[in-house]
Amino acid sequence: MRRLEERLVKALMIASLSLVLCTLGAIIAVITIRGAPALSISMITEIPQGGYYLGGGGGVANAIVGSLYLSLGASVLSILLSLPIAFALQREYMGRSLANVTRIALDILWGIPSIVYGAFGFIIMVYFGLRASLLGGIIALTLLMLPIMTRSMEEVISMIPLELKEISYAMGATRIETTLRVVLRQALPGIVTGILLAFGRGIGDAASILFTAGYTDRIPGSLFDPAASLPLAVFFQIGTPIQAVQERAYASALILLLIVLFVIIVARLLGLRFSRHIVR
Amino acid sequence: MPHISVRKLTTSYGDHKALKDITVDIPDGQITAIIGPSGCGKTTLLKSLNRLIDLYDEISVEGEVFIDNVNIYDPKADVLALRKKVGFLSQRPFPLPMSIYDNIAFGPKIHRVNGSQLLRQIEALEKYIPMNTTQPDGTSPSDESADNRPMDLLVKYYLRLAGLWDEVKDRLHEPAAKLSVGQQQRLALARALAIEPEVILADEPTSALDPISARLVEQQFQLLKRNYTIVVVTHILRQARRIADYIVFLYMGELIEHGPADQVLGSPQDPKTRAYITGEIS
Amino acid sequence: MRLTAFFAIGLVFFIALCLLIRSWPILSDKTIAHLLLSTSWHPLKGEFGFLPFIAGTLEVTALAMIISVPICLLSAIYLSEYAHRRLREAARHVIDIMAAIPSVIYGLWGVILVVPFVRAIGQGLGHQTTGYNLLSGGIILAIMACPIIISVSIEVLQAVSMGLRETALALGTTQWEMIKHVVLRSARRGILSAIILGFSRVFGETMAVLMVVGNVVKMPKSVFDPAYPLPALIANNYGEMMSIPRYDAALLLAALILLLVVGGFNLIAHLMIIRMERV
Repeated sequence: MRRLEERLVKALMIASLSLVLCTLGAIIAVITIRGAPALSISMITEIPQGGYYLGGGGGVANAIVGSLYLSLGASVLSILLSLPIAFALQREYMGRSLANVTRIALDILWGIPSIVYGAFGFIIMVYFGLRASLLGGIIALTLLMLPIMTRSMEEVISMIPLELKEISYAMGATRIETTLRVVLRQALPGIVTGILLAFGRGIGDAASILFTAGYTDRIPGSLFDPAASLPLAVFFQIGTPIQAVQERAYASALILLLIVLFVIIVARLLGLRFSRHIVR
Repeated sequence: MPHISVRKLTTSYGDHKALKDITVDIPDGQITAIIGPSGCGKTTLLKSLNRLIDLYDEISVEGEVFIDNVNIYDPKADVLALRKKVGFLSQRPFPLPMSIYDNIAFGPKIHRVNGSQLLRQIEALEKYIPMNTTQPDGTSPSDESADNRPMDLLVKYYLRLAGLWDEVKDRLHEPAAKLSVGQQQRLALARALAIEPEVILADEPTSALDPISARLVEQQFQLLKRNYTIVVVTHILRQARRIADYIVFLYMGELIEHGPADQVLGSPQDPKTRAYITGEIS
Repeated sequence: MRLTAFFAIGLVFFIALCLLIRSWPILSDKTIAHLLLSTSWHPLKGEFGFLPFIAGTLEVTALAMIISVPICLLSAIYLSEYAHRRLREAARHVIDIMAAIPSVIYGLWGVILVVPFVRAIGQGLGHQTTGYNLLSGGIILAIMACPIIISVSIEVLQAVSMGLRETALALGTTQWEMIKHVVLRSARRGILSAIILGFSRVFGETMAVLMVVGNVVKMPKSVFDPAYPLPALIANNYGEMMSIPRYDAALLLAALILLLVVGGFNLIAHLMIIRMERV
């Protein structure tokens, strides 16, 4: 009787787990199956020609390049902010209570929906008289990526054993020297992984850049030009009633999916490879 | 026929053999102490007796352990019934995340012991360990109030048996985690006894306790051995001298010597045993 | 270096403050009660009753949690307690990938697969529905909540000590009994915070839900009715924000509500995990 209960519950568990795992398979399969037929070299290399949205020629190069510019720009800005915060959370720099409050703040920032960052970015842009542009999008994306990056970096940095740092201090190094020479080097693989994961998150986000980056059929030439992005390309193309354009939406989604999967896999592999060299 | 017979027991973690070819009979109704230096397989041997080592991933077991003529390592063996028969006390007490009352009631509830069986259980106990005896901690039983539910009576009984009743009788429904370590260990003893085992295994039961609590637990064991077979792992030789009737000496996974306590502790045969007892190796 | 800490903490307040300032025009004009409880939404007439959107958000989130939580907890328990280490690792990778998939792609998949499926079921049960409704939104959001609920749950379950499990098993429990009475009880606060984090994730999700939920300003009466969650409201109407008076204040108030709710829940979840670690 007791064993029967266990067997029943186990069956339910396996069913649930299979459902979850198969869903991922279903998503990748559907996007690939619908997207692959419409995928072509011209999709990747050309920007929309006239009449693209009515079925005419062209591709989504504007969105691909736009997304890359946005995410790379935001990553750079984010690294400049995240790394100091992550380092500063170590015991040598900050008292326990301040560190804890900071972590709470970072957790809250981590959870803030990207549309709120978009709205906030919009407020800032209006205040400075900026229009929807690459710069606006970068600012909003930076806000989104900052907590994600900081959290992964902080996790790796906090795993560095105290003894390792003590060796450095015992030789007379200052805190900054120790941080840059010892901590940074040890934590570098983890930090890079964190950057990649945040990049992956940023490139796929639509809500934050919806009002801040704008949209355009051209590749942005300066920071103040509007920028297209892959997620929005998918969204706008699927909204049209024209079959051919909807097909392109699937293709764009497939491109986005492939980019994100690529980034994740590289991040994992890097993480695995470098963890062998770390002192434990 | 002794209760527990170990025959050619070999346990390995991957390539490393923790126990090598152990053959020994554990005497019934006595306190057997498994002694030896750290890392020699004492705990592994103990946990082999109730198949608790099944929990460890890379473990493989060869040989047999017979309890009441049934090989517990037979693939068809009923592990749940085995663990009801063989109780276990770990080194550090782990109170279950529930009240003191529920900790004791947990075992009987899990094994679906119903009301009338509980009453029968209490009656049987009263014959062997009458409630009128003064407990080792110096208290005597207070007046029995009319408890309606059999489980209430059972909980009270086992808490008395473990010498804990007077300390907790007013807070039975408080979380067990609030007790001191010594109290938690005595609670663990009561909890293990509540499922009516025939054997009690104890893994260094007093090493985490202060001397007073330790002494209480030892006295409890001496009281219990009338009705249970007790196997204790200990690294404290003096404790073995105090309470053990039978000694099993392990060294590096091998059974070096075993026999009545006076014999092994007083005039050991094997040089390694002698070295351990005199303190040359520890 | 301390400056960086103040930057992070200050940022949270600064964002909230900016949103508050920009929503002030309608906050000062109407009472909070009116804004939150009125169902009349006519921006051109200056009427901003948020109730349909709040109700839509709450209902789609609740639906998503009802679908997601049992499935995720069962999966997490299996992965933590029964599965081989290798299966657990493999599942971890799958879950990480699921967490990284952009929400537009979930939305697109929802449009291709879930909406027709829900339409078929709804019409089969006699409801007039296009498939773009609460149920579709709930299903997509449920899937999106899975990675965080499962991964946090596995973490808290694994944190329960081996000694405690041994103690229960030594008393003769089956593995499931041990899990039910001891492990789950021990980890209950952590599991609750996993659920809260899942809730936060879903509450603020924009793209995926907006593509499948219907976006009709009405109080939904059944799961086959369309709804209009707050994030979708903001995303769909940002274009008209500046042209209609006080529309921007209304939309930014919606953003502020999202910030406060999600921020508040994340704070609670964080504090619960901290308390658990101390015990």
